[in-house]
Amino acid sequence: MTVSFLSMQDVAMPNPRSHRNSAFHRLLAVIRELLGNPSSGFGFIVISILLLTALVAPLIAPYDPNVIDLGQTLQAPSAQHWFGTDELGRDILSRIIYGTRISLTIITIVSVIVGPVGLVVGTTAGYFGGWYDTIMMRITDIFLSFPSLILSLAFVAALGAGLENAIIAIGLTAWPPIARLARAETLTFRGADYISASRMQGASPLRIIVKSIMPMCLPSVLVRITLSMATVILTAAGLGFLGLGAQPPLPEWGAMIATGRRYMLDNWWLVAFPGGAILLVSLAFNLLGDGLRDALDPKQR
Amino acid sequence: MTAIDVSNLSIDLGYGSAKKRILGDVCFSVEAGESFGLVGESGSGKSTILRCIARLLTLWEGDIELEGRSVKNMPFAEYCRMVQMVFQDPYGSLHPRQSIRTALQEPLRIHRMDRQMDRMERALVDVGLNPDFLSRYPHELSGGQRQRVAIARALILEPRILLLDEPTSALDVSVQAEVLNLLADLRARRNLTYLFVSHDLAVIDHMCERLAVMQHGRVVEVMGREVLATGRAKDPYARELIQASLEYDQAV
Ligand SMILES: Nc1ncnc2c1ncn2[C@@H]1O[C@H](COP(=O)(O)OP(=O)(O)OP(=O)(O)O)[C@@H](O)[C@H]1O
Ligand SMILES: [Mg+2]
Repeated sequence: MTVSFLSMQDVAMPNPRSHRNSAFHRLLAVIRELLGNPSSGFGFIVISILLLTALVAPLIAPYDPNVIDLGQTLQAPSAQHWFGTDELGRDILSRIIYGTRISLTIITIVSVIVGPVGLVVGTTAGYFGGWYDTIMMRITDIFLSFPSLILSLAFVAALGAGLENAIIAIGLTAWPPIARLARAETLTFRGADYISASRMQGASPLRIIVKSIMPMCLPSVLVRITLSMATVILTAAGLGFLGLGAQPPLPEWGAMIATGRRYMLDNWWLVAFPGGAILLVSLAFNLLGDGLRDALDPKQR
Repeated sequence: MTAIDVSNLSIDLGYGSAKKRILGDVCFSVEAGESFGLVGESGSGKSTILRCIARLLTLWEGDIELEGRSVKNMPFAEYCRMVQMVFQDPYGSLHPRQSIRTALQEPLRIHRMDRQMDRMERALVDVGLNPDFLSRYPHELSGGQRQRVAIARALILEPRILLLDEPTSALDVSVQAEVLNLLADLRARRNLTYLFVSHDLAVIDHMCERLAVMQHGRVVEVMGREVLATGRAKDPYARELIQASLEYDQAV
């Protein structure tokens, strides 16, 4: 995201090639740094596997995730069904593999909503200050004073159950921390000489925010979004578990745990594998976020 | 013609009980083509005067006229092409994530200037840098090179007045001399007006024809350059300042 934004500024350049190259090199350098550290390397690899799995799910899933086979219900893990089968005889491994698509959809849409909203609210509040800042920050205070699961529950209750509404609800609860962060960053850059210089050159506030302030906030916002992905996964699973998120027969991990709960005592694999997937992915996002912070933070260079 | 005319400039800064008078009734004027120095101890309000003229501070009282027109009701675009500023710290005045090309091209884009590539290359050549520097980022430059880029950026809109806030104090002595010579040279070639803030009386002596001595937010005396050699200032504080600087020079 950083990379594409930086090269976007220089579209009109007569020599875009060298620019794209240097952006590409920076991306490579960041990846190398991520892989250099065991924990962030682990996060990076798990997220890459997640992406890849979602992409080629139909090719690697051994069974159709929704085909019901009543002759094969509640099978323990075996060579045939590595992760066992559920109460309707569906292959759990295949369902988990297809579930990556749902998780990724949620994550992608949430970050597409949350990143820009948080960035715009935070940078404008920080840059303009005054009553606009006060109002915006009181609104984020209100959002932040509820636990995110409770708030998304309230939103879903108002909007109705379902995956789309769950995504919207999570998006609504996830932007305030980002806006906070972007505002705090903006306050530290606002008085910088390079902002004064660009004001003296006649740049409009919009131009200053988009071209000078946002690129400075972007790395930490990116890190913050990555870290909050862990919470987003957990909230989505929580909503799914409560029956308010993805609806059956969608193979969403939280919903899988919810239906498996009834058979849990005798058939541990119904909840253990989806639960493990949730744990693994949210842990990976946390580790990746920490690693990204070290790799991207401009203040540490 | 008078390029800069500041009369009765006053400003309070801070909020509530911390509110303090920073400048009180500052008056001075600078002729077109002249280089005018501002000296005074740290905290005496030199940068504040520049920031008022630069329209970075707005809540001041009094009057600031540029080429006979009040800055308050001049169209902003026109104002930008008349006045530019060079900041003290070359490490803080260039955007760390913008290439030199972006830094120089932004003002040209804002003001929709023609022949942008030409102008950018010439601006760099004029400050003694190779046009190859366009693709570099600030962290790839030395302090002196950064300050040259900052000067190039200030001059790219072809302003007639340049506000310089201690443009060399963050630089090494040898680099300082180079940048001062560059500034003197640019002024001669383009007939620029300088308002030059510095702590260093030797620098002021080298760069300016006249200067104002400031203390606690007030101008205590405006004098010609020749007074710096003799030390015959009227105001006791100004005399003390010049004396101290003369003694320091002899000691070195
Ligand atoms: N935003 C502000 N709020 C309150 N006080 C301020 C503010 N900005 C500057 N001051 C005060 O105004 C006074 C003058 O500051 P200014 O930066 O103009 O000094 P200066 O003469 O440039 O000093 P130096 O030579 O150290 O750069 C200082 O006492 C400073 O503390
Ligand atoms: Mg100063």
